[in-house]
Amino acid sequence: MKFSEKWLRSWVNPALDQVALAEQLSMAGLEVDDVTPVAEAFSSVVVGEVVKCWQHPDADKLQVTEVNIGADEPATIVCGAPNCRQGLKVAVATVGAVLPGDFKIKKAKLRGQPSHGMLCSNAELGLNDDHDGIVELPADAPVGMDYREYLELNDVTFDVDLTPNRADCLGLRGIAREVGVLNRMAVTEPEIKEVKAVHDASRAIELVAAEACPRYLGRIVKNVNVGAESPLWLTERLRRSGVRSIDPVVDVTNYVLLELGHPMHAFDNDKLKGDVQVRMAQTDEKLTLLDGTEVTLQDDVLVIADSEKALAMAGIFGGEDSGVTTESNTIFLESAFFAPAAIAGRARRFGLHTDASHRYERGVDPELQRSAMERATKLIIEICGGEAGPVVEAKDDRHLPQPQQVRLRKARLASVLGISIADDEVIEILERLGFTVSSDDEGWQVSVPTFRFDIAIEEDLIEEVARIYGYHRIQATAPAAQLRMVPRKESAIAAGTLKQLLVDRGYQEAITYSFVDPKHQAMLFDDSAALTLPFPISLDMSSMRVSLWPGLIGAVAHNQKRQQQSLAFCETGLRFLPDEDAENGVRQEPMIAGIRAGKAFGEHWDEGERAVDFFDIKGDVEALLAATGEPQLYTFVADAHPALHPGQSAAIFKNGKNVGYLGAVHPQFEKKLGLNGRTFVFELELAAVQQRRLPAAQSVSRYPSIRRDLAIVAPTQLAAGEILKAIENVGVNHLVGLNLFDVYEGTGVAEGYRSLALSLTLQHPERTLEDQEINTAVNAVVEMLTNEFGATLRE
Amino acid sequence: MELNDIVAKAEDAVAAATTPQELDSVRVEYMGKKGLLTEQLKSLGKLSAEERPAAGQAINQAKQQVQQAINARNEELKQAQLAEKLAAERIDVTLPGRRAALGGLHPVTQTIQRIEQFFGDLGFRVVEGPEVEDDFHNFDALNIPANHPARADHDTFYFTPKTMLRTQTSGVQIRTMEHEQPPLRIISPGRVYRNDYDQTHTPMFHQVEGLMVDTDVSFTQLKGILEDFLVNFFEESLEVRFRPSYFPFTEPSAEVDVRRKDGQWLEVLGCGMVHPKVLQAVGIDSEKYTGFAFGMGVERLTMLRYGVNDLRAFFENDVRFLKQFN
Repeated sequence: MKFSEKWLRSWVNPALDQVALAEQLSMAGLEVDDVTPVAEAFSSVVVGEVVKCWQHPDADKLQVTEVNIGADEPATIVCGAPNCRQGLKVAVATVGAVLPGDFKIKKAKLRGQPSHGMLCSNAELGLNDDHDGIVELPADAPVGMDYREYLELNDVTFDVDLTPNRADCLGLRGIAREVGVLNRMAVTEPEIKEVKAVHDASRAIELVAAEACPRYLGRIVKNVNVGAESPLWLTERLRRSGVRSIDPVVDVTNYVLLELGHPMHAFDNDKLKGDVQVRMAQTDEKLTLLDGTEVTLQDDVLVIADSEKALAMAGIFGGEDSGVTTESNTIFLESAFFAPAAIAGRARRFGLHTDASHRYERGVDPELQRSAMERATKLIIEICGGEAGPVVEAKDDRHLPQPQQVRLRKARLASVLGISIADDEVIEILERLGFTVSSDDEGWQVSVPTFRFDIAIEEDLIEEVARIYGYHRIQATAPAAQLRMVPRKESAIAAGTLKQLLVDRGYQEAITYSFVDPKHQAMLFDDSAALTLPFPISLDMSSMRVSLWPGLIGAVAHNQKRQQQSLAFCETGLRFLPDEDAENGVRQEPMIAGIRAGKAFGEHWDEGERAVDFFDIKGDVEALLAATGEPQLYTFVADAHPALHPGQSAAIFKNGKNVGYLGAVHPQFEKKLGLNGRTFVFELELAAVQQRRLPAAQSVSRYPSIRRDLAIVAPTQLAAGEILKAIENVGVNHLVGLNLFDVYEGTGVAEGYRSLALSLTLQHPERTLEDQEINTAVNAVVEMLTNEFGATLRE
Repeated sequence: MELNDIVAKAEDAVAAATTPQELDSVRVEYMGKKGLLTEQLKSLGKLSAEERPAAGQAINQAKQQVQQAINARNEELKQAQLAEKLAAERIDVTLPGRRAALGGLHPVTQTIQRIEQFFGDLGFRVVEGPEVEDDFHNFDALNIPANHPARADHDTFYFTPKTMLRTQTSGVQIRTMEHEQPPLRIISPGRVYRNDYDQTHTPMFHQVEGLMVDTDVSFTQLKGILEDFLVNFFEESLEVRFRPSYFPFTEPSAEVDVRRKDGQWLEVLGCGMVHPKVLQAVGIDSEKYTGFAFGMGVERLTMLRYGVNDLRAFFENDVRFLKQFN
C-alpha cells in the first residue's frame, strides 16, 4: 500500500516528523518498506502562461514563445512541443533552473533565436513517463508560483508492506485510523453523503450465488463525459500511490479503492442486456478480459453477468465487451461484497493479480459498499457531469459476515504474554481500536467493528493488546523448564563427525543445489528416473538430484574454470529417488559424497607432486568405514557403474548390501561435464556409516608377536581383496595382523602374473608362540592360496 | 725416570691426543700391561717393606692422576665428535613441513553448528525431516489453508498440487508434535526452497526453526531466549527490537531486528507464540500448553557475522571463497 504523507496528514496529523511516523507505523506492525520523495529534485520551475506563440523562422518543428512567468518582462522561449499554444498554462524552467539529471537551464540560442528557459513536460521533471507534450495546467494555475509548491511536491510516498491479516489497512482510511489509535487522535474522514437520484433508471440484481456474494449494489449514472480530464489533485494522489491515470471513471474507482480500501467496477450500461446476475461461471464459459485476453472459466469462479453472458470476473477483472470507453455515455457502477473464500486463489489460477483481487482475497469491510458507491458517484459527477439514478441493493443477510463477539480472558492474556497489564489499560487499548468492551470478573466481552474483519479469536485480541501496548514494553525473561536429559546414542555417529573427518583429510565442504541439470544427470545415471520440477528457475535447475555427484562435479568444473586445479569437495544431503511406495512418492535418503581432482597434495620441495588417483579417494572412503569401528563389514567389488570408468569403479557393500560407489568419472563424460582431467568420486548412504561399534574391551597380550612375510605369485586378474578375504577366512589361529605391503609386476614374474608381498602377524594372548605353531599357520595359508587361487610362493 | 716426570709426560701426551685412538695409545703406553706406570709397580718388589707402602701409594696416585686426565680428555673428544656430527645434521628449519592439507566446513554449516550448540545446551533437540513435503505439513497444519494469501507469498516449487519442496522447516515441528506431547524443545535446521532468484534470493537456502511447547511458555520468554541467542551469536551486546508482524502459525507474531553498525535495523528472525490452531491440528491441548516458535535464515546470519555481501556466493562453492572460513 502506497500513499502520500500529505494525504495521510489531511486525515490525521500527529506531531511526528516523517522518520518518526514511519518508525511508529513499522513498530505497530505496518512495516514501512520505503519512504521516497514524490518528485525528483528540481528547482526554479514556475507556473507560466504562453502569451505569444509564433512559428520559428528557421525550423519547421519549433515555435517561439513569450511566456509570462510572473516577472517584469516575459521570457522568450523556443519550444518544440506540438501542444504549445497561446494561452496555455505550463511549467516553465527558468534560466538558472536545475532539472532532474543535473540538467542546468542556461540562456541559449536555438537556430538563431534566443531561448531563456524551457517549457517542460512532466517526464522532463521526473514526475512520470509522459513525453507526449508539455504540461497543460488548469486555467486557474497562478502564474509565477513555484511549480513544486503548486503541486505540493515536497511530499513523500510511504510504501507499507502489509501482512495478509491487515487488509483493513489496504486503504488510506485504515492507515489513518491506525495512526489515530497510536497517537490517541481523532481522524477526520471525508464526509460521504448520499447522492440523490435524479432519474429512476436502474437494473434489477439477482444474487444467484449469495454465499459468494451476499451484497451487491448497482447504480446507473447517465450522460457521463468519459472524455473529461481528471483533475490534478486526483491524478497526483493516484500517481503518489503508484497508480496511473487512465480516464476519469477508472481514476475515480481507483481513488475510492485507495481511499476507502474498497474496490469498485464500472460497466458501460449500454452494453448490458437485462438484469444483472451474480453467479458462478458455467464450466468452460468464455470471457474476454479488459486486457484483451480470453479466459475459459470453471464453475467455482464467480462472475457478474447480464441476462446473456458473463461480463466480468467478480472482484478480479472486468470484461472487454462491457468496459467503459471514451464513447460511453451511461455507466453502471458496482459496489459489492464478495466473500474472500469465493475470490481467493482464482486470480492466481488465471495468472492475474489486481488491486481488487488483492483486497477481496483478504477481505473488505462488509458494511462499506454504500459509502463507496456514494463517494464514487459524487466524484464522477463532479468531474464528468452526469445524473445519478437510484442505488439498487441486493443482499442476503444469511451469508453476510455477522458482527463478531470475542472473549478475552485476563488469565489467558497474562499467560500468553507473560506479563500482567492493568485492566484499565487493556480496556483503553481495545476501545481506542474501535472495539466495544464489556467487562466482568474473568475478562472482557469484545464486540468487533466490521472494519476489523481479521479479528475472530482470543489470540487475535491478545495480539492487538500487545501490539498497541508496545512489544518493547514487554520484558525479556529466561524460559524455565524442567531439566531432562536428551537421550544420546553412543553408537550413533553424527553426520557432522564424518564430514569433519573428511575435512581433516583435506576436503572442503560444498553445498550444492538439490536440483540439477537433467542433461548431466541423465548422462551419469541413465537408468534412474528423477523427480522433475514443473516450474523450475531454469531448465538446468529442474531435476531433483538422484546423487550428490552432479552438484559436486559442477562445483569442480566451476573452480577449474577459475584456475583452481587441485580440488577436494565433500557434501552431505538428501538424494531424491522416485518411489511409489514411499511417502509423497519419493525416497529421500541422506548421502555423503566426495570428489577429488588435480594433484593429490600441493607441490612440495621434498616430495614433489603427483596426480590424485583411485587409491587416494579409496583411502578416504576407508577412513569413513574405519570410523564405524567395523571396517570388516564392508567390501569393495569391481563394478562398472555407468557414470564411472569401467576399470576404475567399485561398488561398496555392507553385509552384502550395496551402500555406495567410488571410482573415476567416466572419461567420455569429462568434457561434457566441463571437467579438466581425471576426477574421482565416491558416494555412500549416510545411514550405512552412522553406526559405530561400541567398544568391548579385551586384555592386551603381554607376549611377543611374530611377523612372517610371504611373497606369492598370482594371476593379475585375481583381485587382491579376494586373496586377503580368503586368508582372513582360512581360520589361522592367532592371526592378529594381515597386510599387503608390495605389489610387483615385470621382470622376474611371468606375464599375466604379479607378485604380492604379504605380512602375517601372529600373537597368542597367554603365551609365546612356538616355531612349529607359526609354521603350521603359515603353511595353512600357503596351501589355501595354492589350492584356491593357483598362487605359488615366489622363488 | 722420576714418577713426577712420567706423570708430566703422560699428561702432555693425553693433551696432545686428538682422536680416541691416539688417546687409547697413550693409555696403553702408560697404563697398559707393559706401560710405564705399570712397570713402576713391578719395581716395588725391590724396595724394603718400610718403603713399600709410601712408594706404592705414590704410584697409585700417579696412575689415578693420569687416568683422570685420560677420562677428561676422552669426554672432550666425545663432545667434539658429537658437535661435529650435529653440525653435519643441521637442516633449514624454515623450509615448509610436509602438510596434509586441511579442508573446512561450509560457512552455512558452521553457523548451523553454532546455533545447534547454543540451543542444544538449553536442551533443544535437533530434528530433521524431508525436503519434499506434502501440503498438510508445509501449509495446512500451519494454519495456511488452500488459497490463503500467505501461500502466494511463498513462491512454492510445486511438484503436484499436493506435493512441493518445503518452503520452511516448520513441517518438521508438525511431524514431531504429531508423535510427541509436551514438554517439547526442538530445533530443526535444513534446506528450504523458494522459486525466486536474484541478488538477494537464492532458490534454495537454509533455515533453523525452533519450538518450545510447555505449560507457562510466554512471550516474555520468547523475547528472553532470542535476545540471549543474538547477543551470544554475534558476541556483542547489540540492540535488538521486536516488531509486530504476522505469520499464520503464530500469534502474537514478531519480526526481530538487530541494529547494525551503520545504525540501520536489519531483520534477522521471525517468531511468535504458536497459534492455537496449530497445536489443535496435532492434538495438543492449547488451553493447557502454550508455546513459542522462531525461524531464522542461516545465510543472512552468516552474512552478518562474517561480512559476506553476496548471498549467491554460498552456492557457487568457489574454493577461494570457502577457504576464508577454514
